[in-house]
Amino acid sequence: MDIQIKMFGQLAEIVGSNELQLQGVSDISLLREELISRFPKLENYPFVIAVNKKITIKNQKINMGDSVALLPPFAGG
Amino acid sequence: MLSNQEISRYSRHLLLSEIGMKGQEKLKNARVLVIGAGGLGCPALLYLTSAGVGTIGIIDFDVVDETNLQRQVLFDSSDIGKPKVEIAKTKLLKQNPFVKIEVFNTTLSTVNALEIFSSYDIIMDGTDNFATRYLVNDACFILNKILVSGSIFKFEGQVMVFDFRKENTPTYRCLFPSPPSPELAPNCSEIGVMSVLPGIIGTMMANETIKAIVSLGEILSGKLLMLNALSMNIQILEFDRNPETAMVIPKTESEFKEMDYDYFCGSKQDNSIKEIMVNDLALLISSNSDFQLIDVREKDESPIVKLNDLKIPLGEIEGRANEIARDKKVIIFCKSGSRSTRAIAVLQSNYTLKNLYNLKGGVMEWIKYKSKTQKT
Repeated sequence: MDIQIKMFGQLAEIVGSNELQLQGVSDISLLREELISRFPKLENYPFVIAVNKKITIKNQKINMGDSVALLPPFAGG
Repeated sequence: MLSNQEISRYSRHLLLSEIGMKGQEKLKNARVLVIGAGGLGCPALLYLTSAGVGTIGIIDFDVVDETNLQRQVLFDSSDIGKPKVEIAKTKLLKQNPFVKIEVFNTTLSTVNALEIFSSYDIIMDGTDNFATRYLVNDACFILNKILVSGSIFKFEGQVMVFDFRKENTPTYRCLFPSPPSPELAPNCSEIGVMSVLPGIIGTMMANETIKAIVSLGEILSGKLLMLNALSMNIQILEFDRNPETAMVIPKTESEFKEMDYDYFCGSKQDNSIKEIMVNDLALLISSNSDFQLIDVREKDESPIVKLNDLKIPLGEIEGRANEIARDKKVIIFCKSGSRSTRAIAVLQSNYTLKNLYNLKGGVMEWIKYKSKTQKT
């Protein structure tokens, strides 16, 4: 199952793209693990994951067709 | 009551049934504090002033720099070197003499924040660093204020509103429990920012503030707006209160004053021994941050605490210095904090480790903290 992930801010710079496709990630904690193993720099960068525009802290299933986004904090003003 | 001149000035607001005389009077009676007269603060201030927000506070310690002029639209070439708050006050009063401008030419800190914030209804955060963002969040939380927060990165921006008048409102910490380390969080002066972006985001912040004052539409409370100025894509994402981060937020004036936000955000650097408070350790644990914890007590020394630590008794510390991480935070503790202080002093001077923190009060303080938080 392919998951389409939108990346924002420095996260997009770390992975080198605004969008990313990952296979075989069925929930949020697997997604986090997979992302960190592919892009180790993400481990030290805080970010939250939104599924269908809802930011979720607890683990949650990701289904085909869900919109997934990775969001970092910005500090600039 | 509005004067005849004000009725004429605000006539386009008065024509809107959603604002009208009542709404305009609410604006006139409102008190809004803008933190940072920078890229976000300048456009926000211009619109608060033109809209007729009765009292506007501005806090900024800085002077106008030539590199500000590309985006900080309140300032011009002749203002370079002058205090931002003074220039802002002069120009805003010229734009609208019916508003009152209060200025604070100072650095916001745990010493002055609560006192300054307390007389305002809405606080707008347009600062340029994480330490101040966490400080402002916590102060607004304690005082039950509305916080309108904006931030930018290159071509992207965020807007959030925290309505702390309401119980169980999610906080900035619920969204982002801990900041990135300073080397991962460069600011505009290091990476650049597009001129119009803070104009858009700062104007959105003014929009949220005016809506909150007049009770118009829906404010972005518990929501994060993300804007990409290159694609013009806007997303609004919802988030909830996180019970774990809600636990570590300071809840009283004295807890707030004990916080060290520069330390929390890793922006403090010196050779003295850095300390971490037990509530900050709890935060690091709850946010799954990457750090190393070292217990320098003797083996099997009581009281035993359930922490995922590496045990290196003080006497062995020099022989085992290679086991201590250099690439992340290392927190060293003992029973009361005195042996761990000695361990850090040795490691800092003989092994040039700079990432060490002493757990203030040691295991005794940690146990006290745990029993206190478990009761509440």
